[in-house]
Amino acid sequence: MSTRIESDLHRFRQIVRGKVRDELRRHLGQEELFGRAGKRIVSIPVPHLDLPHFVHDPGGQGVGQGEGEPGSGAGNQPGQHILEAEFTVEELARMLGEALELPRIQPKGREEVDARTGRYTGVATVGPESLRHFKRSYRQALRRLIASGAYDPSQPRVPIVRQDRRYRIWKPVHSPRANAVIVYVMDVSGSMGTEQKEIVRTESFWIDAWIRAHYQGLRTVYVVHDAAAKEVDRDTFFRIRESGGTVISSAYDLTARIVEERFPPIDWNLYLFQFSDGENYSRQDTEKCLDMLTNRMLPALNLFGYGQVESHGTRGDFYDALEARFRGHERVALSRIPDRDAIVPSIKTFLGRGK
Amino acid sequence: MSLPLDLAQAQERIEAYAREFGLSFFQVNFEVVDYRQMNALAAYGGFPTRYPHWRFGMEFQQLAKSYEYGLHKIYEMVINNDPTYAYLLEGNALVDQKLVMAHVYGHADFFRNNVYFAHTDRRMVDAMANHSTRVRRHQERHGTEIVEKFLDACLSVEDLIDPGSVFRPAKRPTATDEEEAPEPALARLPAKSYLDRYVNPPDYLAEQRQRLQKEKDQSKRFPPAPERDVLGFLLHHAPLENWERDVLSIVREESYYFLPQRQTKVMNEGWASYWHSIIMTRRCLQDSEVIDYADHHSGTVAVSPGRLNPYKLGLELFRDIKRRFDRGQFGPEWDACDDMGERVRWDKKAGLGTEKVFEVRRLHSDATFLDEFLTQDFCADQNLFVTNPGKPGESVIGSRDFGEIKQALLFQFTNGGRPAIDLVDANHANRSELLLQHRHVGVDLRLDWAREALGSLVRIWKRPVRLRTVLRGRPVLLGHDGENTTQEDVEGAAVDARRS
Repeated sequence: MSTRIESDLHRFRQIVRGKVRDELRRHLGQEELFGRAGKRIVSIPVPHLDLPHFVHDPGGQGVGQGEGEPGSGAGNQPGQHILEAEFTVEELARMLGEALELPRIQPKGREEVDARTGRYTGVATVGPESLRHFKRSYRQALRRLIASGAYDPSQPRVPIVRQDRRYRIWKPVHSPRANAVIVYVMDVSGSMGTEQKEIVRTESFWIDAWIRAHYQGLRTVYVVHDAAAKEVDRDTFFRIRESGGTVISSAYDLTARIVEERFPPIDWNLYLFQFSDGENYSRQDTEKCLDMLTNRMLPALNLFGYGQVESHGTRGDFYDALEARFRGHERVALSRIPDRDAIVPSIKTFLGRGK
Repeated sequence: MSLPLDLAQAQERIEAYAREFGLSFFQVNFEVVDYRQMNALAAYGGFPTRYPHWRFGMEFQQLAKSYEYGLHKIYEMVINNDPTYAYLLEGNALVDQKLVMAHVYGHADFFRNNVYFAHTDRRMVDAMANHSTRVRRHQERHGTEIVEKFLDACLSVEDLIDPGSVFRPAKRPTATDEEEAPEPALARLPAKSYLDRYVNPPDYLAEQRQRLQKEKDQSKRFPPAPERDVLGFLLHHAPLENWERDVLSIVREESYYFLPQRQTKVMNEGWASYWHSIIMTRRCLQDSEVIDYADHHSGTVAVSPGRLNPYKLGLELFRDIKRRFDRGQFGPEWDACDDMGERVRWDKKAGLGTEKVFEVRRLHSDATFLDEFLTQDFCADQNLFVTNPGKPGESVIGSRDFGEIKQALLFQFTNGGRPAIDLVDANHANRSELLLQHRHVGVDLRLDWAREALGSLVRIWKRPVRLRTVLRGRPVLLGHDGENTTQEDVEGAAVDARRS
């Protein structure tokens, strides 16, 4: 009985997943998604699935029972069930890849295999006594006795001799070792509003999910800056609000230092994503930034992504400066994100390089 | 699994009490299941085996979730079968199990004796298992998804069956190879020629001729009269593959099986509650169990303002009938009496209550039950009211007028609250399109679903399907051709059943 319901349940979940996958583009821009993001599980609300019948339009008259004067409230109507489909972050990343047709990331650098993990899956004729596989050994002995005709069912004694013994052995599991670090840089000067930060949050969720799916270990670093830059934790990153001016080079400087000190490019795949409204303090600083990118950062980075989160009326020129310098550069991805609708194409720009 | 000893003993006693009170039933087999099994069974409508379909999985997930969150608990389930199967939830207190058993015997008696259940298949457990095997076989042969899609289409129109079929004679023969009957002659009286135009006046003859012509035209129509059993018609006349026909017949058969349960929800639960309360309070309860019993019972019949509790409504109505017929409060004399004091004191010692409730449980369905026995006094006693939609998601008390309450209730329980739809023409516009007619009774159809359900019909009929209905007071013709839906205004057609 329970197996039957299991298979119906499985089928139902399959259908729900299919629905979510079909509509993933719509879900991509939703912020409530990550509000719910647990550690590894994300639940996505899906509208109730049902078989359409011929029914009367709801909201007509009904009959109730109880005290009360005409016109007073008669309670709530039963709520609609909301279905939630649960996904692991890996699954989401895979679905994202399918929905946006993203190429797989090619980790750069060393194709080193890492054999530190292993599992006891094999059996051998030699080994330490502590790993003796009793059942296998016994079976071997039994087989030998029966084959030689020495087995007597009325006196079932099964002596195990040296050559019957079997031992568990450890088989190494090879997996490529590749680690990645993502540095998020965000402008938190007064011109970045809540709406803009929500957009950054949404983008970073998907960037994390996708990059994480390609590497064994993923580290994230968060840098905020106004006139000066500092490293913060994730929570602060999305909450902090400063009011100063904007000096982008300060953030580049800090990022470069962090990378040099903690994440030598020879061991790490480095990603830098910067979100800003594109209004820098001065032209000179912008020039300085471009030079820093060209000389200090880009040689070490897998990808540099710049998203210009434009608020109403403002229009920064940092995007134009970057575009003038790096147009067609294979490791630079630039996008403008004026509103929520632009999130999906922006993710596609950032992650569509396969870097 | 056999019943634990204490439950087996309880069953034996309760069965004896039930017989003592005059209930009659098939043998009842109880089975104790854990909550997971209970939820799975509930998702399957009580049956251990159903054909594979995702809808059951969905229901199971909802039940499981809401059980885990502590929002509901299924105490019992009983299925209409011979022997009658009933499930008890493992780990419930003995007093709860006793109450459930007494309740189940009420249901078992209702299933066996109510006339609406007379034609249900009493071997449905086996039939369901066979359906499951057949659908699985079709899925293996033709592909899970293909069969599932078709099943979806059939299930979406599963209630297009004839709710009055219990009382209708067997279907007329579908085809005859007899020769066409000779045309009936005009009825005219023999008369001398000079009297003929007085004995058989010409306008009378013309009228006759017209009537015959109309009948002749009618017989060319297909189906000749509006067909309520749309599924039955499709089964015989839709261009279906064999497996499709089989799947459709399964859906229709199960729909007919479940129909009486939808038609008698209030009565069935009311009857079972009526008897569990009698059996428990007069025979079965021990002193120490009274509080727990009262708690459980009042939970079952609790009312919340916005919703109608069928247990409560049914139970109170049966009690009301019992009281009225015991005191002789019926008949012309009672109806004519408008002295309030006299009515309250009215007691003719008629003692007909028990006899009457048994008769009612045999003959009625919810709609006729409420129509006949819901009185003005009862409405006032029970604080019934009509609810109107208020703010979204809420409702407000509309009125406490007896007439309105009764109308709203009857609307809710006629045809299980579902719209009545007939098939009127299978060769609409001479293009073998299907034409359906919705009997509009004041409430519109839910439009988006209606369109999708029309699409399901197209999947079965393989030709465009149209539905005449009324939207916001205007007669319209909805259509679906397999890809697009259409909506046209209909000129002057009298489709509103109230106005025609």
